[in-house]
Amino acid sequence: MATEFELNGQPVTVDIENDTPLLWALRDDLDLTGTKYGCGIGMCGACTVLVNGRATRSCITPVAAVSGATITTIEGLHPDGQHPLQKAWIETQTPQCGYCQSGQIMQAAAMLKDFPNPTDEQINNAMGGNLCRCMAYVRIRKAIKMAAKEMNTSGNTAQETGAAANE
Amino acid sequence: MSKFYRYLNQPEGVKTKADQDSDEGMRVSRRGFLIGAAGAGFTLAFFRAGLSFAQPEDVVKDGTFEPTIWYQIEPDGRIIVNIAEAEMGQHVGTALARIVADELEADWSMVELNHVDSDPKWGLMVTGGSWSVWENFTPLSQAGAAGRIALIEEGARLLGVSPDQCEARNSQIIAGDQSISYGDIVSRGDLSRTYTADDLKKMPIKPATQRRLIGRESRALDIPDKTDGASRYGLDAKVDGMVYGRPLIPPTRYGATINNIDDSAAKSIKGYQQTIVLEDPTDTVPGWAVVIADSFHAANKAAEKVKVDWAAGDTADVSEQDILDHGVKLIESSDKGSIMFPDDGVDEAFNDAADIIEQDYITHTVLHVQMEPVNALAYEKEGVWEIHTGNQWQSLIIPVLAKALGVKEDKVVMRTYMLGGGFGRRLNGDYAVPAALASKKLGKPVKLVFTREDDTRFDSPRSASYQRMRMAFDNNGKPSGMEHHATAGWPTEVMAPFFMPKGANDEPYDPFSIQGAAHWYTVGPHRVRAISNDLANATFRPGWLRSVGSGWINFALESFMDEAARHANKDPIEFRLELLKTEGKNAGEAPNSVGGASRQANVLRRVRELSGWGQDLPKDTGLGVATSYGQERNMPTWTACVARVHVNRDTGHVKLEKLTLVTDAGTVVHPDGARAQVEGAALWGASMALHEGSRYEKGEPVDRNLDTYTPMRIRDVPEMELEFIDSTEVPVGLGEPATTVTGPAIANAIHAAIGVRIREIPITPEAVRKALNA
Repeated sequence: MATEFELNGQPVTVDIENDTPLLWALRDDLDLTGTKYGCGIGMCGACTVLVNGRATRSCITPVAAVSGATITTIEGLHPDGQHPLQKAWIETQTPQCGYCQSGQIMQAAAMLKDFPNPTDEQINNAMGGNLCRCMAYVRIRKAIKMAAKEMNTSGNTAQETGAAANE
Repeated sequence: MSKFYRYLNQPEGVKTKADQDSDEGMRVSRRGFLIGAAGAGFTLAFFRAGLSFAQPEDVVKDGTFEPTIWYQIEPDGRIIVNIAEAEMGQHVGTALARIVADELEADWSMVELNHVDSDPKWGLMVTGGSWSVWENFTPLSQAGAAGRIALIEEGARLLGVSPDQCEARNSQIIAGDQSISYGDIVSRGDLSRTYTADDLKKMPIKPATQRRLIGRESRALDIPDKTDGASRYGLDAKVDGMVYGRPLIPPTRYGATINNIDDSAAKSIKGYQQTIVLEDPTDTVPGWAVVIADSFHAANKAAEKVKVDWAAGDTADVSEQDILDHGVKLIESSDKGSIMFPDDGVDEAFNDAADIIEQDYITHTVLHVQMEPVNALAYEKEGVWEIHTGNQWQSLIIPVLAKALGVKEDKVVMRTYMLGGGFGRRLNGDYAVPAALASKKLGKPVKLVFTREDDTRFDSPRSASYQRMRMAFDNNGKPSGMEHHATAGWPTEVMAPFFMPKGANDEPYDPFSIQGAAHWYTVGPHRVRAISNDLANATFRPGWLRSVGSGWINFALESFMDEAARHANKDPIEFRLELLKTEGKNAGEAPNSVGGASRQANVLRRVRELSGWGQDLPKDTGLGVATSYGQERNMPTWTACVARVHVNRDTGHVKLEKLTLVTDAGTVVHPDGARAQVEGAALWGASMALHEGSRYEKGEPVDRNLDTYTPMRIRDVPEMELEFIDSTEVPVGLGEPATTVTGPAIANAIHAAIGVRIREIPITPEAVRKALNA
């Protein structure tokens, strides 16, 4: 059955079985392979995408459940791959094998909306569902803090600019 | 010749003249080097002995290169370095390319990597053992230097000056105020040259002080694509007309046969096509069937509905305990196994001992659980079988694939992808075989995807191990003899038996499964006995898993050294330092182990300073130490670790608070990559010690997915402090050594914290509580 949703800013339609996990719809029907399969039971986080801005495990989300939703994958996080998290991931040289990193970055992107200045405990809680088998955790934490700092600085600048314009 | 073959023909720790000759052969290489036009650019390559008078262009055209890395320089100045090693997170291409580029005096921003597909011209394709940098450092340095010399000569000619007025720097040849770029030299000049093996040997390699890339900070070339979803892994491979398959895996690894398949319930699944039974002449996947469908989702769903009636093989009731019990029996049969260290006088040392200590150690099954479950896409195209998958040891599996498909090896090519984790799982390419068989049977491309549960059941796990350690002490309380008996499933025996060297008693052994036992402590006569656990080998296909034997060997060795220190009433670091004497077989030798035991003592002293050893600590908190030379005496990576733990006496929970690690890996080519490897390896060791460990029941691992198999998460990560010894010695491996020290350091720290000794990995809260109550 056809399901329509918005994917990385574009309207898309997939005509597949309703119970197909969003993960396989993205990878096999919509050719966006940046989102990865790791466990199929929502326990590793490699398949994390944003559904209406919330971090969602696409491997256990039936495609029918996202009808009408807005979905962002790693490919759509920033048009040039220059989201502060992506830049921080490069700056800290976080990825090793890299397979989990799309999910790590998407999870972190959702977290920073809720906690713009995350504490270590907030990072532990929000990122605890994302396994990195290369154990690049030290750098993941460092990169999240680096990105948060940049986003807050540029966010403040934008607000200040906005305030100045209003005056 | 590859280090791999050479190594495996040589018992560890036993040096012969042939070994030294072979060292020379590996390091200096009896082969020539050529530069020849290729398209608009020039290719720089090694060539085989006997081709030394060939025209460079012909050799380039015919592709008759010595199998090794080579590179090209394009007219636009790009330098493309071919990489035959698998990229699985170690940024190996970056490290190897920087070795070439440094000697070439290349502009790093113009360097690109080309990860090549399998082809005989690359020779043995295997990525493991932490060998890549160690093995390639000298040939790549020579290759870079040869290119630099040729560019200086040709640049000088084009500038109208003499070569000795010229300097190479940043992809330019500079003479006073004139200069010409490498790209222009390639476009306008003729770089064709050949160098004999002797020329190559005399190539002026730069002194360490003039290095501009090696040892300097740089970014890994593979990383940007791993932040935006662009990187291509095996699971991302696609081809027109392919169907999806999910395997139906029998209840035993070997010997199962299919009595009957009933797929009637699957027929209602939209997209389900059929279930096929694989006929495998290689016996890699006996008793397998594959569910074929239009999509993976359909194959996955249908697989749950297909009923297969299997006749299981002999190991259907084997448990972890059976394997360990069998291990004890093997150790207690003195005629079993291979004697690795044939020191004289071991029995006398124990007969004359004033005192003897003996302890047994156990490590349980460890699953790889690399993030990307194994998978492969296979199809035939114009008479050649294309296998698309991430793999670490193409040369091992291509002959198996050829046999499975009934074709010659030159009709099988493996296309290269990023690996979503290797850790040794992808050294064993068995997962490509069912994809190939299914494609052959169907006559169309098959993309075989393993679910995590399939991947786990079909894993080549790290075998459970059982070890017995003994130490004799003389009248002065000093160690006077040592024995180490170790048994486990042996991957090399099962998958590459032709690589097994023979011990002193003429029995073959798996060198990887006893690595780490040939330690650098002076403890009197030393005997190491390695025993294959044949019940483990029959129950599953034992795997090489990050650091292989050193992972369990060093747990026993370094736990036991701690026990010996306490027996001798000595501080554990002081006890070890007294035994790390730079004498006899532990003196070390050029080029690889210069300094010998003194370098292990050095990292140990340094970790003592850094970790605050001896400080007052809160209650139930302790520091534990462990050290290692890595895996091979001929490629020692000197590593020392101090772990700080706090133990909750009520729950038995062990909190790992801090890891301090000091590493002497000789020259470090890519410092940030090196740190990343040590960080990851150390945490792997900690994860195996505290968070992992599975067990076999009814012939299969009980843990199938991440709901019950629980590797370390971000919350569990301790504070980490790492240091590398500044060195210009031979660069050695870094991917694995830190894995081997964290487990014993944690066990030793637990003893320091609460006075109980845990001799089993994983260290569970139950085991800690039980030990406290004992």
